[in-house]
Amino acid sequence: MAELNTGSNEGGKGKKVRSKKQNTGVDLTAMVDLAFLLITFFMLTTSLAKPQSMKLTMPDKQDVPDEMRQQAPESRTMTVLLGKDNMIKYYMGLLEESEEPTNTTYGKDGIRQIILQKKAELEAQGKVDNEGLIVLIKATDDATYTNMIDILDEMAITDVKVYAINDITEQETEIMQ
Amino acid sequence: MAKKMKKSSTRIDMTAMCDVSFLLLTFFVLTSTAKVPEVHPVDLPDSTKETKIPSDDIVTISVDNEKIYFGIAGRQDKKDILTRMGEEYNISFTEEELNKFAGMENFGLDIRNLKQLLAKPSSELMNPENHPTGIPFKDSLNNQLSSWVKNARESSWQRKESILKVAIKGDKEESFGTIKEVIDILQKQRQNQFYLVTGLRDDDF
Repeated sequence: MAELNTGSNEGGKGKKVRSKKQNTGVDLTAMVDLAFLLITFFMLTTSLAKPQSMKLTMPDKQDVPDEMRQQAPESRTMTVLLGKDNMIKYYMGLLEESEEPTNTTYGKDGIRQIILQKKAELEAQGKVDNEGLIVLIKATDDATYTNMIDILDEMAITDVKVYAINDITEQETEIMQ
Repeated sequence: MAKKMKKSSTRIDMTAMCDVSFLLLTFFVLTSTAKVPEVHPVDLPDSTKETKIPSDDIVTISVDNEKIYFGIAGRQDKKDILTRMGEEYNISFTEEELNKFAGMENFGLDIRNLKQLLAKPSSELMNPENHPTGIPFKDSLNNQLSSWVKNARESSWQRKESILKVAIKGDKEESFGTIKEVIDILQKQRQNQFYLVTGLRDDDF
């Protein structure tokens, strides 16, 4: 089986020359070897999963008259501050009027719970979606890119409709020292 | 006398195996897009979002260690954008140089040194040692990142009437300050939308 057999030994002497039934089986071992080699090559050089991305739209920097700007009511604005060494703080409303920014952590036990809680509080008052929680994200220059992606990811997970990345103020930078 | 073991044939019918392996081979050949080596691969942060990145009319800005590497999709686009950049910086590139440039996935050096690089053999082009500085972007008088993006946008609009997309590939450890600088440079051109390239995060995050 599976070999090329020319069957020349059967050519007996003096026998009537008949068209011999040839064994058509070919040795496929080499072919299989080659095929698997190529499969391995393609598997290793292929990037099947395209990298994914996060779409980020920043507000236009062009000067807009004040009355055109979207107002963010303090009562439903939450500011998240990101600093070095994975430090993260948040406060509600205006910095001058609110309590000291509170420390929290990244991930599901930290900032996510807080956002969900604030969101639920506003929803109880009938404020949902675009009328709901507004999150302002401000990062110091020491924060890492991972921190920023993490917090943007939280926005996606908690389904906050309105959020923006803002420039950090000096006062806030001091807090994050 | 010991009983002789019956010698059984060790040959196996390979036909089915051959069929399967070629089927798989065909699948991989057809679905693959070859991984192109980058000058400076970056370690991407993870996220749960799964927006796919468009593959046409996109430029990729990789940021690592305060250095910027710039990549353009499409050979024709690369050639056209380089020609436009050459006009801006008064450097003329030959057809051969343009072709060599079209074969590079991304690059990170001053455009004034690009001609020297393109004179080297093809195997040397992607050597990280030949891209030591990254694209200059800190100096506002010589902001080449801004020029590259501007020319890329003009190129894709004038040739194809499509709007250029910008992907940012930042390293995990990169400080947000650098990313912010890059975003600010782009926003000066009113390029306000970005694709932040990320890896996939575990479900239990």
